Amino acid sequence: MARIVVVTSGKGGVGKTTTSAAFGAGLARAGYRTVVVDFDVGLRNLDLIMGCERRVVYDFVNVINGEANLNQALIRDKRVEGLEILPASQTRDKDALTFEGVESVLNALAETHDYVVCDSPAGIERGAHLAMYFADDALVVTNPEVSSVRDSDRVLGLLSSKTRRAEQGEEPVKEHLVVTRYAASRVGKGEMLSMEDICEILSIDLLGVVPESTAVLNASNAGVPVIMEEKTDAGQAYDDLVARYLGEEREHRFLTEKKGLFGRLFKG
Amino acid sequence: MAVNQASGAAFELKGRMATLTVLRLLTADPGHLFIQLDARLAQAPGFFDGMPLVLAPGQDVSLDAAMLETLVAGLRDRGLLPVAAADVSEDIASAAGLGVLRNLGGPRSDASGQTGRSGSGKPVAEARAPENGAARLVTQPVRSGQQVYARGGDLVVSAPVSAGAELMADGHIHVYGTLRGRALAGVQGDVNARIFCQSLEAELVAVAGHYRLSEQIDAGLRGAPAMIRLRGDELGIDAL
Ligand SMILES: Nc1ncnc2c1ncn2[C@@H]1O[C@H](COP(=O)(O)OP(=O)(O)OP(=O)(O)O)[C@@H](O)[C@H]1O
Ligand SMILES: [Mg+2]
Repeated sequence: MARIVVVTSGKGGVGKTTTSAAFGAGLARAGYRTVVVDFDVGLRNLDLIMGCERRVVYDFVNVINGEANLNQALIRDKRVEGLEILPASQTRDKDALTFEGVESVLNALAETHDYVVCDSPAGIERGAHLAMYFADDALVVTNPEVSSVRDSDRVLGLLSSKTRRAEQGEEPVKEHLVVTRYAASRVGKGEMLSMEDICEILSIDLLGVVPESTAVLNASNAGVPVIMEEKTDAGQAYDDLVARYLGEEREHRFLTEKKGLFGRLFKG
Repeated sequence: MAVNQASGAAFELKGRMATLTVLRLLTADPGHLFIQLDARLAQAPGFFDGMPLVLAPGQDVSLDAAMLETLVAGLRDRGLLPVAAADVSEDIASAAGLGVLRNLGGPRSDASGQTGRSGSGKPVAEARAPENGAARLVTQPVRSGQQVYARGGDLVVSAPVSAGAELMADGHIHVYGTLRGRALAGVQGDVNARIFCQSLEAELVAVAGHYRLSEQIDAGLRGAPAMIRLRGDELGIDAL
């Protein structure tokens, strides 16, 4: 049986899809059979970020409606062995996802994979609720700003009350904090919340900090999960994150400002 | 003498928050309601004496003036104190001697003493409503959008309380963690209720309806352990 991992945030545009793609690719690279499921029906872009948008024939909603079977809808990644994606529909809305439909698709995926990564839509409505409902683990993606932290806090409340595990009184969903778009220089100037503040407010384990990086946009334009760009800071940060998730201990590398050329010159 | 009386203020108007019990009418038949109410009152003699009530018709119930008058008289006979009605017209309410409350939100508490706001952010599941007088213990963080109410007793939270979360207790509130949300102690009117917290960052604190917003909390008290209590009519905050 697979572990089901939801990537969620409440607030939009904080890096859920970027994280889902990188995390899924990282798990597959580590040898786990992994599928990333796009729950953002109507605004699909996981397939874009993973560079397989031209190969989408059937989608999640087609499978739920019985118009295609899972094998027809799953897209195999061409670069990473063992990585698949289940795209969302671009033409439907989130009401097309039914509780029973989602449950049966996730059950089927769980039988043939080690990890099922659910890329949640923003918000706390139906789509986000369905994406988190069956989760065993949650990556809560947060940017270092007050509104994003507040929304993540709200989502943590839902994870502990509105999920299958909560409702059935099982062991709670394991919550991991992922801070993305972190800019140490702006924290220094007081323009952003510090890691310390974020961890204190949310009081859950920190899984990874991904720096604000141009590599993310470049990678998504190229349709490559940024974790594959091994020379980039964001790529390395996601690599660390996956390793930590799998139980390895790694230091957080991107908490402090990198010394640029000027920094080094003036240090003397 | 007459001059003195004219210059000294004879009254003050103050905004206060209060928790009122809402009697939601699920039937339009007062006789039917009184049979069930008498059974409930018999279980807890004296407990409801003098309890101020807001009468609110349930979804498919519409009230006319005669029915409301019968209800009000019957409730008063039983020692309850209907003070206002919600979701009825002013004529009907005033005929029965009641004020009209507008914008009454959903019920603040159901039978188990727990509520969720607009269907989301359920209160922390592990805590059960206490018996009268028992404290309610919450060990998980109380997150934005969640609400926890300790009916009939104290509330003890051994975890942080986030901005956007709300604690309520008929008795005292203790927070062994940072209090960033709202905390309302003595919500049934207990003026001796107090709030204790390890680090005061609250959006709002209140005791028996007397409240202070964060901006009315002295900056020197923020981020430190504190105790909040009523001194006469003033809500006092002391560093611990
Ligand atoms: N670490 C980063 N550095 C710089 N830009 C980033 C970073 N992470 C994400 N972005 C950018 O932020 C934008 C939103 O990212 P993404 O689509 O992953 O967010 P999302 O949470 O999935 O959004 P939505 O809520 O709309 O689904 C994208 O333009 C992406 O390139
Ligand atoms: Mg997205």
